[in-house]
Amino acid sequence: MPEIFQYSFILRGLEAGIIIALIAPVIGIFLVLRRYSLIADTLSHVSLAGVAIGLILNINPLITAIISAVVSSIVIERLRLSKRIFGESALAIFLSGSLALAIILISLNHGFRVDLFNYLFGSITTVRQADVYIIFILGLLVIAGIFAFYKELVYITVDEEAAQVSGISTRLINILLIVFAALTVSLAIPIVGVLLIGALIVIPVVTALQLRKSFKQTIFIAEIVSVFSVTFGIISSFYLNLSAGGVIVLINIIILLLTFIIKEFKH
Amino acid sequence: MRKVNTEIIVKLEKVSFSYTKEEAVKNVSLLVHKGDYTGIIGPNGGGKSTLLKLMLGILKPNKGTVELFGTDINHFKDWQKIGYVPQKAHVDTNFPVTVEEMVAMGRYGLRGLFHFPTREDKEKVYQALKHVDMVDFRNKQMSDLSGGQQQRVFIARALATEPEIIFLDEPTVGVDVKTQKQFYELLRILNRKLELTLVLVSHELDVVAHESNELGYINRTLEYYGEPTEFLKGAYFHELIGIGGLHH
Repeated sequence: MPEIFQYSFILRGLEAGIIIALIAPVIGIFLVLRRYSLIADTLSHVSLAGVAIGLILNINPLITAIISAVVSSIVIERLRLSKRIFGESALAIFLSGSLALAIILISLNHGFRVDLFNYLFGSITTVRQADVYIIFILGLLVIAGIFAFYKELVYITVDEEAAQVSGISTRLINILLIVFAALTVSLAIPIVGVLLIGALIVIPVVTALQLRKSFKQTIFIAEIVSVFSVTFGIISSFYLNLSAGGVIVLINIIILLLTFIIKEFKH
Repeated sequence: MRKVNTEIIVKLEKVSFSYTKEEAVKNVSLLVHKGDYTGIIGPNGGGKSTLLKLMLGILKPNKGTVELFGTDINHFKDWQKIGYVPQKAHVDTNFPVTVEEMVAMGRYGLRGLFHFPTREDKEKVYQALKHVDMVDFRNKQMSDLSGGQQQRVFIARALATEPEIIFLDEPTVGVDVKTQKQFYELLRILNRKLELTLVLVSHELDVVAHESNELGYINRTLEYYGEPTEFLKGAYFHELIGIGGLHH
């Protein structure tokens, strides 16, 4: 067995990472196509405030991150529907507001600066066994949810009005999508961190979209890119002693650039 | 020919709607009977598309009531009876979907959670594509089709639901004259051979007045509703043409 697999933290990181890699593109394709990718960044900053709350209260920060992301996602969707403010403005307000809250909580408690740095950029060494279980169970829930509402999600993404006229409750499906996105973002934080999760949700999908295939094939290709980048990223970051989150995102960008170049070359 | 003795499919009573303070649709009442081919025409910003969205429950009226198949729209559940062809401009056709995937969506509302397409669904999708003569294109990407072909696919999607009525919102915008002609021929077949009730919103006053058998002219209020021939004969139509003429 290669040396790398003798370290339990690497195994935990890989287990959690692969689950995240599997769910990120299935959420990502709906967010990207609905021009709603920015929500991933907003929810990740909200999760950071959740992490800070968890560290202060001495609760598993993953749990507080999940709770704050899910609650905020529902509030954001309600604000968007009420049309009192533009959807994008709601995202900007939540992004800066939760970052402000996180910074204040950090400055109140100087003790956990290092911990927080791990959550900003991701660090597989901080993934605990309990985290792997949480990621596994909620990850399964997200996948089951997407599977259950797959048809409805596809229809409202392509043509929301026609979906509504076909009898689909677009309100329910929209709120489910945003809650699934909140779960995915907060679950991914231990691996890729707050600042990089948006990339994992968006880039594999954008890469797959370049190939102009059917909806299902696009998801499949995004999955391959995502799982490859996370697995390869974690393993290579171990040998090169680099931040796993950073390596994963850079691998994704390299694959996207290569796709562009090959596409140009074919033309 | 008016079919006043048949079932009423759409009933609007004193419907008003406003996006802002000014009413976009004001005090509109109308009936669509089974088998009708109803054309709704009017100037840009006159409330045609708004009226269609009110009929479909996409928008809720500020005043008045909307009924579909005799049921108040707020309690209406039989959505499989309704087909909808949206304005093409509102659908992002750069989506990564094939023609077949797009048409299959017409079956989605009929199936519950966890239900994946059955053989029957696939058969209906095939039949719908056949009706619009697009079977050969079924594995193509939507984004690779011309505007007219995309429009046919949207009709196929509506047909796949096996509806009793199809609502079409400005279906020929951005389509060349020849394609437009074929398109109206297709609608005629749907109305006469498949006995589908049609409600068509369009700014193409002249064509629609000749194709439909029931015509509404809306400019915020429903200024005319009745036989197209009467409309074409009437002083009102000439007045409109006259007004149009001033712009040239």
